[in-house]
Amino acid sequence: MSKIIGLSGNEAAAYAAKQSKVDVVAAYPITPQTIIVERFSEYVANGEVETEFICVESEHSAMSACIGASLAGARVFTATCSQGLALMHEMLYIASGLRLPIVMDVANRALSAPINIHCDHSDMMGSRDCGWIQVFCENVQEVYDWTIQAFKLSEDLDVLLPTAVNFDGFTITHAMEDVNVLEDSDVEEFLSIRKTKYKLDPDEPMTFGALTLPDYYFEVKRQQEEAMKKAYEKYVNVVKQYEALSGRAYNYLHEFMLEDAEAAIICLGSTAGLVRQVAKKLRNKGRRVGVLKPWLFRPFPSKELLKALENVKSLAVLDRSLSFGAPFGPLCSDVITTLFSEEKTIPVFNVIYGLGGREITPKEVEDIFNLALKAAKTGKVEEKVKFVGVRE
Amino acid sequence: MKLTWKEVPIGGVIPKGGVAFEYKSGDWRTFKPVIDINKCVNCLICWIYCPDASIIRLERHVDVDYYHCKGCGICAEECPVKAITMREE
Ligand code: SF4
Ligand code: SF4
Repeated sequence: MSKIIGLSGNEAAAYAAKQSKVDVVAAYPITPQTIIVERFSEYVANGEVETEFICVESEHSAMSACIGASLAGARVFTATCSQGLALMHEMLYIASGLRLPIVMDVANRALSAPINIHCDHSDMMGSRDCGWIQVFCENVQEVYDWTIQAFKLSEDLDVLLPTAVNFDGFTITHAMEDVNVLEDSDVEEFLSIRKTKYKLDPDEPMTFGALTLPDYYFEVKRQQEEAMKKAYEKYVNVVKQYEALSGRAYNYLHEFMLEDAEAAIICLGSTAGLVRQVAKKLRNKGRRVGVLKPWLFRPFPSKELLKALENVKSLAVLDRSLSFGAPFGPLCSDVITTLFSEEKTIPVFNVIYGLGGREITPKEVEDIFNLALKAAKTGKVEEKVKFVGVRE
Repeated sequence: MKLTWKEVPIGGVIPKGGVAFEYKSGDWRTFKPVIDINKCVNCLICWIYCPDASIIRLERHVDVDYYHCKGCGICAEECPVKAITMREE
């Protein structure tokens, strides 16, 4: 049984955390994530949850408190973005290094300077290598679904890694949508009580975070990478079980009209909706275009990506962040590496767009598709990295 | 035999407590605190201040646990009767 209620992205995140019966929330408000923390603190004030809500003085402390609580065996949730995520950076590595299944919702926002509160993916990409599982949501429904699924994946005893659930600041955080929500009891059954391998327990003392020098550090990190591989394997079970419960099917990537597509666009998050809309329009004009949207960004779904692009002849990869001085943006780098590792050589170009909340228009997307179609014909790319939407 | 990456407990956990006790931080020392037991009035100020719990309490004066003392010199600085001198190892 499920029902439909109107929720914004932030409210959906708080609602999902509430239904996930989190034991501890330690969070610090930051635009555009603030409403997640506000809503959740209302649940606490109204006695609707039994969660311990810790008001902290900064995001560094928020993640530190989450780490302590998670070590003690609690189910832990937090949310942040932008400067807040940057301030947590140090602790993100400690959370993943200690193998703590914390779930954090990230309302993607640009990083300073210059100061800006609107969406791009610089925040998460800046902490890309922090060892967290990373998913990107397209709409409010996905925020709700992924916040719940994230606990299931993170808390799997073969995985035990934290998950960051990303969604575009304002575009999703502040948009009100009809959201299909599950019954409390269904979520409870889906997640069950968190189990632990090791935990902080005064009756059974253990040592966490001990000094680990050249004789063991490498082994611990190698093992952590194996956990990412396990997360990749277990991911399928999580989405399949969730589908059985909710009727909503997730996968590694969302594929749209790729079977016979000549040219395709790959992008993350809310932009995918617009890109599919434009693709549909072009299909009506007889242009063979398709769209690929990864839900899972870390671990990167290389195998599924290659399969989805089997027949595609050219590719435009959209990055909503810059990797200064790098050959390409972060998503494009991963896509090109994946293609090259399997000796698949098709023309690929990178589009940098939407920094600091700049909107991308249907016309711009159409132009990108046309460029990709041209590249499919000629087998060549004129401009490897294209900035779309910036005043020239 | 050292453990492989498949064998180490996850997250570098050591599944028991009090393991710092086994670690010989005394190896780090350049200067060693030496207590003049004739001057020591057993006030225990050094015992309170030592960051490594390396001052040993005895009946009439204190002693140093050189296995753990890393030679920071805080005890010598704090001793009100100058009973502790730091000597190069
Ligand atoms: S030198 Fe430092 S570590 Fe050693 S006993 Fe004195 S205070 Fe403790
Ligand atoms: S502080 Fe000085 S006098 Fe006091 S116990 Fe230590 S060594 Fe003795």
